[in-house]
Amino acid sequence: MYEVRIHGRGGQGAVLAAQLLATALVFDGKYAVSIPAFGFERRGAPVVSFIRSSEREIRQLTNIYAPDCIVCVDPALARTVNIFAGLKPGGTLVQATSRPLAEIDVPDSVGTVGLCDAVRIATEIFGRPITNTLMLGAFARSTGQVSLDALKKVIEQSDFRDAGLRQNLDALERGYAETTVHTLERRITA
Amino acid sequence: MNTTTLDTAPTTEKRPAPQLMLCEGNEAAALGVALARPDMVAVYPITPQTSLVEKLAKLIADGRMDADIVDAEGEHSVLSVLQGGALAGARTYTATCGPGLAFMFEPYFRTSGMRLPLVMTIVTRDGITPQSVWGGHQDAMTVREAGWIQMYCETVQEVLDTTVMAFHLAEHHDVMLPVNVCLDGNYLSYGTSRIEMPDQAEVDDFMGRKDVNWHVALDPLRPMAVDPLTGGSGGNGPETFVRYRRGQCAGMKNALRVITDMHEDWARRFGEGHRFAPLVEEYQLDDAEYAIMTLGSMTGAAKDAVDEARAAGEKVGLIKIKTFSPFPVEALQHALRGVRALGVVDRSVNFRWNCGPMFQETLGVLYRLGRQVPAQSFIGGLAGADLTVTTFHRVIDETRALLERAPSDEPVWLNAKD
Repeated sequence: MYEVRIHGRGGQGAVLAAQLLATALVFDGKYAVSIPAFGFERRGAPVVSFIRSSEREIRQLTNIYAPDCIVCVDPALARTVNIFAGLKPGGTLVQATSRPLAEIDVPDSVGTVGLCDAVRIATEIFGRPITNTLMLGAFARSTGQVSLDALKKVIEQSDFRDAGLRQNLDALERGYAETTVHTLERRITA
Repeated sequence: MNTTTLDTAPTTEKRPAPQLMLCEGNEAAALGVALARPDMVAVYPITPQTSLVEKLAKLIADGRMDADIVDAEGEHSVLSVLQGGALAGARTYTATCGPGLAFMFEPYFRTSGMRLPLVMTIVTRDGITPQSVWGGHQDAMTVREAGWIQMYCETVQEVLDTTVMAFHLAEHHDVMLPVNVCLDGNYLSYGTSRIEMPDQAEVDDFMGRKDVNWHVALDPLRPMAVDPLTGGSGGNGPETFVRYRRGQCAGMKNALRVITDMHEDWARRFGEGHRFAPLVEEYQLDDAEYAIMTLGSMTGAAKDAVDEARAAGEKVGLIKIKTFSPFPVEALQHALRGVRALGVVDRSVNFRWNCGPMFQETLGVLYRLGRQVPAQSFIGGLAGADLTVTTFHRVIDETRALLERAPSDEPVWLNAKD
């Protein structure tokens, strides 16, 4: 079982990203489940969604408290929310940020960091900071848990049309290509 | 015997590769409705049901579903409009929850009295007040004396399959009762997972010919008294009223058999991925000393906890109720045959008995066993609270303790601070 928690803000598409990722995982031949956390969602407020994937059928329909990977699609969210809560030792952080690794506050539990300047790229592509499909590309690059081909197929089959479809495919590919992945010296062992 | 286990011989028949897709529980319900080809749906949106009726509206607008859709001004009208539709011979559907169900109560009770075979999904939501828009079984539990059949689903696939089967059940001549398919708001309504779509032609064959208003109709060519004034203390009023009630109870009793048969037929047609226990599922129960009981989408996490406890040497099993109304007394009695302690987890409250509703119903079955089985009520998952594998380890531990000590008169409140 591989568990992912996506952090974002209302309006950035964190819940949709979780559904797209779960669908891509199924295209890759896995079982997958996604669930949004339920709270007082509104535009700009912190939101969370969860994805589980496995080679076997997944039975538990619950939130995730000890993820293998955290995807944070908003650069400033970590100042408001403890996005690292419960991360498994040696786990992965995939973070939207314009900063280099040295300027990011990463707790000892993190083993791998994928960084993507998603807001800048999204602004270039969409004219707006919609980072969700970009960060799916960043996730694929950082973890290898899902294929870029499967993510492309999902986006092609989704409700995106015409310009929106091209933009989102572009965002996915640039998210994948423009993510830097850092393996940290293991500071906590499982 | 009504009990069904999940291991029966696989069918040998060759089928085309199933169409795999990913969808949320609400979408699965809408796709199930489309497969059943209703003539008419009436809707009023309410959280957490909204995405279900939005999907229905889209299926109809896209031409993937050929039904009239009525955007009524409220839930009372939704159900009243559908009653008219059913009396005119239409296969009808709606979905609601919580306050919407409460607003619908007057026509809700009339639906079963007139034996109208409506299907209505309850995307279960906790009761207000205090204010909440999240999941819990309080809405469906509160209306359990209104003569509707109620089946609770565990997975997204089960939502899809049960929704189709519900129409077959409601319209069965031995039943002729409205059916609620209950799917948990939040975890199941918005939970996305992998499903296999049944083949439309095969579903059409399963459903057979629509026959909705053979017994009661608004039809100038078949004039009859519909919903006449009955009761009172004189003439044939009392006898007529009793005849209605006995008929409803007989339909309920017959439903246990029809539900069992149709689940078997469904699994035989669509394959083992579509096999679901119709009344009561027995999980790891054969040599279990004690068991926990679940309902709805909490069951997946509970099964994972049971597997982990088994791996640690615990002789624990699980009993899942699928059909809550009619209550599957004999099937549950069979499931409890070897159980020496029982923990029952409810996602709603029975205020009268200070316990969960499923716990209270189960007490009647324990009485029939003719031996003392210590049982504990657990209440959790209210208003969207999470019931995790960790939660169920606590339930398992506290149920095992009943082998040594008496249960508490108080329920165990699983999501409380203490």
